Amino acid sequence: MKIRDLILKRITTLVLPFIQVYGFYVIFHGQISPGGSFAGGIIVALGFIAYATAFGTEEGRAVLPEKVTISAESYGTLWYALLGMVGIVKGVPFLANKLAGIDLGVPGTISSGGLIALLGIGVGIRVASTMVTLFFTMLEEEV
Amino acid sequence: MTMVDYGNIAMLFILIAASLTVYFIRNLLHAVIVYGVFSFIMAVIWLQMNSPDLAITEAAAGIATTVLMMLVIFRTSRREE
Repeated sequence: MKIRDLILKRITTLVLPFIQVYGFYVIFHGQISPGGSFAGGIIVALGFIAYATAFGTEEGRAVLPEKVTISAESYGTLWYALLGMVGIVKGVPFLANKLAGIDLGVPGTISSGGLIALLGIGVGIRVASTMVTLFFTMLEEEV
Repeated sequence: MTMVDYGNIAMLFILIAASLTVYFIRNLLHAVIVYGVFSFIMAVIWLQMNSPDLAITEAAAGIATTVLMMLVIFRTSRREE
């Protein structure tokens, strides 16, 4: 699939950084404002999907090779599990936050979530790589 | 009943109409476009019901699933004449 449209490519190049920054903003502020890692991850993935749609599948694959998406998916899940283990190491239930003795800070600030902010980064990366993998799987599969 | 309530009722009727249209329409591409309308109206309704969290998720996931369904249509049976 290859689209030769100068306007489409130029607009995609201009809008792409704003899409990505907005996606990461939604991920990082998931614990104090609307949004979250799921929605943010999908927005980040939509940026890559827009690039791959405008510039062709081969060029999109060059930006995000299969190796990168597979390891992002696996390590995102592993990151979530490792952070959940913090509670077990401390002798409290899995995924415990305040019980594990983590400083929750001032409510309303970005560091007030404890482990939630770090969990959100893992979930966001995993959701983004899953969406990109779905897209490329449907695009590259021979009918 | 304020103006906002009437707007909500109108949007709910549009929602029902859109979902019935998606079910009964023959052309798959048109069905996906109407599904985009459904997703947008649903996001506005979530916002009206004071849950911007779900509104953002609905908007993002609606766009993503629409793109994926378009791809599936183009890769399977539908052919442009």
